[in-house]
Amino acid sequence: MSEYKTLYDKIWENHLISEEDDGTSLLYVDRHLVHEVTSPQAFEGLRMSNRVVRSPEKTIAVPDHNVPTTLDREEGISNKESRIQVEALDKNAIDFGINYYPVNDIRQGIVHIIGPEQGWTLPGMTIVCGDSHTATHGAFGALAHGIGTSEVEHVLATQTLIQKKSKNMKVEVNGTLGLGVTAKDVTLSIIGETGTAGGTGHVIEYAGSVISNLSVEGRMTVCNMAIEGGARAGLIAPDQKTFDYLKGRPHAPKGTNWEMALNFWKILYSDKGSRFDKLVVIDGSKIAPVVTWGTSPEDVLPINDIIPNPNDFDNQKKQAVERSLDYMGLLPGQKLEEVKIDTVFIGSCTNGRIEDLREVAKIMEGKKVKEGIRAMIVPGSGLVREQAEEEGIAQKLKEAGFEWRLAGCSMCLAMNPDQLNPKERCAATSNRNFEGRQGRGGRTHLMSPAMAAAAAITGHLTDVRNLI
Amino acid sequence: MDKFTTVSSVAAPLPLINIDTDMIIPKQFLKTIKRSGLGKNLFDEMRYNQSGDKIDDFVLNQEKYKNTNILVAGDNFGCGSSREHAPWALLDFGIKVIISTSFADIFFNNCFKNGILPIILSKKERDLLMDDAHKGSNSVLTINLENQEITRPDGSIIKFEVDKFKKKCLLDGLDDIELTMKKFEKIKSFENSYFQKFPWI
Repeated sequence: MSEYKTLYDKIWENHLISEEDDGTSLLYVDRHLVHEVTSPQAFEGLRMSNRVVRSPEKTIAVPDHNVPTTLDREEGISNKESRIQVEALDKNAIDFGINYYPVNDIRQGIVHIIGPEQGWTLPGMTIVCGDSHTATHGAFGALAHGIGTSEVEHVLATQTLIQKKSKNMKVEVNGTLGLGVTAKDVTLSIIGETGTAGGTGHVIEYAGSVISNLSVEGRMTVCNMAIEGGARAGLIAPDQKTFDYLKGRPHAPKGTNWEMALNFWKILYSDKGSRFDKLVVIDGSKIAPVVTWGTSPEDVLPINDIIPNPNDFDNQKKQAVERSLDYMGLLPGQKLEEVKIDTVFIGSCTNGRIEDLREVAKIMEGKKVKEGIRAMIVPGSGLVREQAEEEGIAQKLKEAGFEWRLAGCSMCLAMNPDQLNPKERCAATSNRNFEGRQGRGGRTHLMSPAMAAAAAITGHLTDVRNLI
Repeated sequence: MDKFTTVSSVAAPLPLINIDTDMIIPKQFLKTIKRSGLGKNLFDEMRYNQSGDKIDDFVLNQEKYKNTNILVAGDNFGCGSSREHAPWALLDFGIKVIISTSFADIFFNNCFKNGILPIILSKKERDLLMDDAHKGSNSVLTINLENQEITRPDGSIIKFEVDKFKKKCLLDGLDDIELTMKKFEKIKSFENSYFQKFPWI
């Protein structure tokens, strides 16, 4: 191996317990995040084989996917299957003695929002969760990725994971972002460039001036969608912004431990001269506010563009585009800005943090949600919600015509009652525009919170730059 | 996990690219706390219309494919969510082998944990098998994991690569956790030095 190491190489080596001849490795896991949908079968497996959770103090659970976001949820979850799943997590958390934020706890929220918020997520760590958007935590320079339920059980039982090392990929975004262009536009544009399989088999490190100029929350938005580009994990080297974000958080190190940790975190970067198997360079000044038009996150275009023609794609993609346009009810040549929407969803682990809500409030200043549009804001955690209320944002957004919900995954994947109806068209700040993702037959256009706010005002996909 | 044995079956063609795990098993079926019984909802929104009736032209609803054990799929199969319900649903339906040019990482791993063999081939080879699959009824593929060979209906053979460790786990039906448990001393000694160095973790 080269004497120069990437950030990924460094974290990998720190956690390597053993390695077989064929590269199959056993990695130590520092934090295991758990939610109600992908864990019941894993806990059941432990019970059946009389096993315990090896490191309950490193295991953090929260219900988020299924929970209703309406104010009446304190009276209980009416959907029977959802209730059973959440109750199963309640019971498993108690039986196995793991850290837990139940539905009625103010700290409850989307697992990838509360990990960083509570200081569980720290630079240089390995973090796993039975959820593909675990990549979010890479924004802190932690190696974080999704795992399946069998692996959840494996981590619960052993605090380790069997892995093979991925390849190193670097995505460099240079220059400066233009007005109205945000972290979401950056991450969507990267996927537009690399495709949804462009990162397969790789861990992506995001670098360049655009990335270092992003806030920590913006970086989480970028890393969150690494999985949409096919990479298991996205990484950003920690810097002073990261340290400032973490200091004083409930589970961040304190006192001499903080000093020790800080010294270590400061060497978490890719050495100059380290080798990447794949390199993508993007000029940040050329990134425009973007929206997706199809049913794959790679189907992304600048807002001023038109719906593409299936004939412009190679044969395999052509079929997919034809299917997408049919599903989305769109025609080639149609201007994106003329596409009318029915619904606006602001939230998710991609864009459910306080800065996202501030961004929406800024665009909505003095404006209203267009009549007839269903517009919903679902804060990423109870604490984000509380902060928005304290800052007066919540009140303004409510007055502008938004529904102000309780925290959860909500309409990002529509496992709770927040769903689209068939053919209902949604401007969404979430991460997936797959067929049926937000409800059977529902039509999703992914975009930034600012762009979603602009669409809420006009009732159609809109270039936010015309409103600022 | 059951041991993986040689699989012989007609293969169902699913040429669409980027088939995601939301398509394989939509979220309304993730509310289960069990692993079993998901096969009937495999590809639910492609397989049934809104009133719950079968959509006749969907490949797995066609007589010749309804008992298939093999899928031949478009690029980047299994992208999206980490839900292991996707391989559970595939397995419950009877799928034991999936052939494509590429798979999403998490889905790929999840398959092996459940005794499903995902095979990566070149586009040219996959397209040959896609043609075989389209022929239906008597067009049987045989997958021999031990020899890493696919025998086509015309008797020709396509070789495939598979990770050594994963192959052994499939053939012997091994439980990962049991294997790792045997390394407990190693894990313990790792933890001892690790926490001395990083006491805040």
